[in-house]
Amino acid sequence: MLTDKTREEARQIIARYPKARSALLPMLHLVQSEDGYVSPEGITLCAEELGLTKAEVGAVATFYTMYRRKPAGTYHVGVCTNTLCAVLGGDAILDSLKDHLGIGHNETTDDGTVSLEHIECNAACDFAPVVMVNWEFYDNQTPTSARELVDGCRAGNPPAPTRGASSLCTFKQMERVLAGFPDGRANEGVQAGPPSLVGLKLAQQRGDTAPAYPDGTTPGAEKPKQQEADAQ
Amino acid sequence: MTFTPVLSAGWGDSDSFTLDGYTRRGGYDALTKALAMDPDALISLVKESGLRGRGGAGFPTGMKWGFIPQGDGKPHYLVVNADESEPGTCKDIPLMLANPHVLVEGVAISSYAIRANHAFIYVRGEVTHVVRRLQQAVADAYDAGHLGKNIAGSGYDLDVVVHAGAGAYICGEETALLDSLEGYRGQPRLRPPFPATHGLYGAPTVINNVESIASVPAIVLGGAEWFASMGTEKSKGFTLYSLSGHVRNPGQFEGPLGLTLRQLLDLSGGMREGRTLKFWTPGGSSTPILTDAHLDVPLDYEAVGAAGSMLGTKALQCFDDTTCVVRAVLRWTEFYAHESCGKCTPCREGTYWMVQILARLEAGDGTEEDLATLLDTCDNILGRAFCALGDGATSPITSAIQYFRDEFVQHMTGKGCPFDPVASTVFAAASS
Ligand SMILES: Cc1cc2nc3c(=O)[nH]c(=O)nc-3n(C[C@H](O)[C@H](O)[C@H](O)COP(=O)(O)O)c2cc1C
Ligand code: SF4
Ligand code: FES
Repeated sequence: MLTDKTREEARQIIARYPKARSALLPMLHLVQSEDGYVSPEGITLCAEELGLTKAEVGAVATFYTMYRRKPAGTYHVGVCTNTLCAVLGGDAILDSLKDHLGIGHNETTDDGTVSLEHIECNAACDFAPVVMVNWEFYDNQTPTSARELVDGCRAGNPPAPTRGASSLCTFKQMERVLAGFPDGRANEGVQAGPPSLVGLKLAQQRGDTAPAYPDGTTPGAEKPKQQEADAQ
Repeated sequence: MTFTPVLSAGWGDSDSFTLDGYTRRGGYDALTKALAMDPDALISLVKESGLRGRGGAGFPTGMKWGFIPQGDGKPHYLVVNADESEPGTCKDIPLMLANPHVLVEGVAISSYAIRANHAFIYVRGEVTHVVRRLQQAVADAYDAGHLGKNIAGSGYDLDVVVHAGAGAYICGEETALLDSLEGYRGQPRLRPPFPATHGLYGAPTVINNVESIASVPAIVLGGAEWFASMGTEKSKGFTLYSLSGHVRNPGQFEGPLGLTLRQLLDLSGGMREGRTLKFWTPGGSSTPILTDAHLDVPLDYEAVGAAGSMLGTKALQCFDDTTCVVRAVLRWTEFYAHESCGKCTPCREGTYWMVQILARLEAGDGTEEDLATLLDTCDNILGRAFCALGDGATSPITSAIQYFRDEFVQHMTGKGCPFDPVASTVFAAASS
């Protein structure tokens, strides 16, 4: 539900930008963080605050796939079916989830807990097949692990993302982060998944480093403790 | 050959994404050094280093910065393209997850060089934790005095805003990104005028990829010669190669430009057990596919171009002999049809028709005439579309027909695809 607080926060977003209209995308994320979709009230609020017509706001909202016309589930599940993930198993995972949940693309379970869609490449191809829930990474999935994942969502105890916060937030909590209101969870979770480190480990095994800087130090090496103290 | 971890050097530390973790490895030393330099000297340094944009097109970064008019009295802007959505491309997201500060430091140095007091990081919306890490890094950099007013007593002011997109591949195209950042539908702008003179809010703007900007601190510390000691004649420096698909060890590999796929496969464990490489993309789905005949092509802008493709984003998606090329191409074409912004007819209509034809072919109901129509349609899009998305949409089709025409013909039996999709999955052997 949109309240005076929402309007106040919309104004905080506007204040971040040299020109007010730049705030529209984050404001629509803010609307979704309250209503779970781009509600008519949300469109009105954005139009009023930015001095636009509702049609202008609607035209923007419908252009972007993350803005929803119907409420998302508490847990919004996206299965990557772009070519690489699809071939490595994404198609099988999506079929399995549709069957298991009894819903299709862009539909929500009757209890409102899970919505499902197939998504495009999410920049995690070295972790294929990839499933996202509330845009947190669930890497290297199988049909079995994906079914367990949605079962956990439906039961209210989803497993933690593989690269993300230490527990899964809700769709609305996620949208607040995207609107630019941090949830204080940036320090949770791993710094990198195993594939991100494959090349670095190989370099270390081989004793490979980048050429030294002119001052003799190795790029990205830890500074000697003393030097660090001197620098301060 | 030698791997050259620079950007990824600290990724093994569990706190690599924090200010402490970054500072421990020399983070923000480059900013201190840069703020003591003349901005023009920084632009010259980046020019001399030979750094070329890592977002796909390989445009010289220093030259782009040099196009910004100076002393024009207008505000200048730096916009970081963190939209990473080109299928196969998966380097910027792990970079920002593991070390958002190297990007923030690069933003501060680059903004100072082009005399911008406002910078934006436009990150795709579909990566919650990356958005969190960027927000935290920017907040911590303000607290440490690396951003904000009078940075480190230099008199230079910079504000940085992390801006989450909302799901649209076309917003990675730089002028569509600007429209999106201004709060409009993300559709490309007519050029000229170029963003260097008429960019964000009509003011001079530099748009660079995440990896390009993140490479700047090392160039400041190492110098132009140091950077240019890596790579090949016209493609200089270190870069992230992203290996994915039917390989034993997918992941990120940081090395000089000009490595070959054969070297990367040999060192990383090769294709999965008992399978051979069938086709691969050198730089995402918009770069024409290559085959095992191209394993020794140096991965730099010139050599991959000479081999009939483009280096793009070094997104090395490898598919083995279980994969149906028609299925792969259909899926990519569906992507382009879905992501076409609709502004121009060749792309909007062309991608739609190509999906229909490819779907017919994959189902086994295609004809030789369909193949001719496909190539004809590609011909009508290439060079006639308003932006490079349309051109990119033709790449998988024309290259797949060039190398695997027989396989398209094999599909014309009326019986459907001869491949078993289960055999291509990673869980083919295990029970699912
Ligand atoms: C359809 C399309 C999508 C693109 N997506 C991205 C992207 O996600 N990230 C990126 O850095 N560049 C992308 N580009 C390239 C940008 O237009 C631009 O060339 C680049 O951001 C410039 O930065 P660079 O010189 O540092 O590479 C895309 C281009 C097109 C045509
Ligand atoms: S080529 Fe496609 S994406 Fe680019 S402007 Fe035309 S319709 Fe839009
Ligand atoms: S294809 Fe699925 S993450 Fe890239």
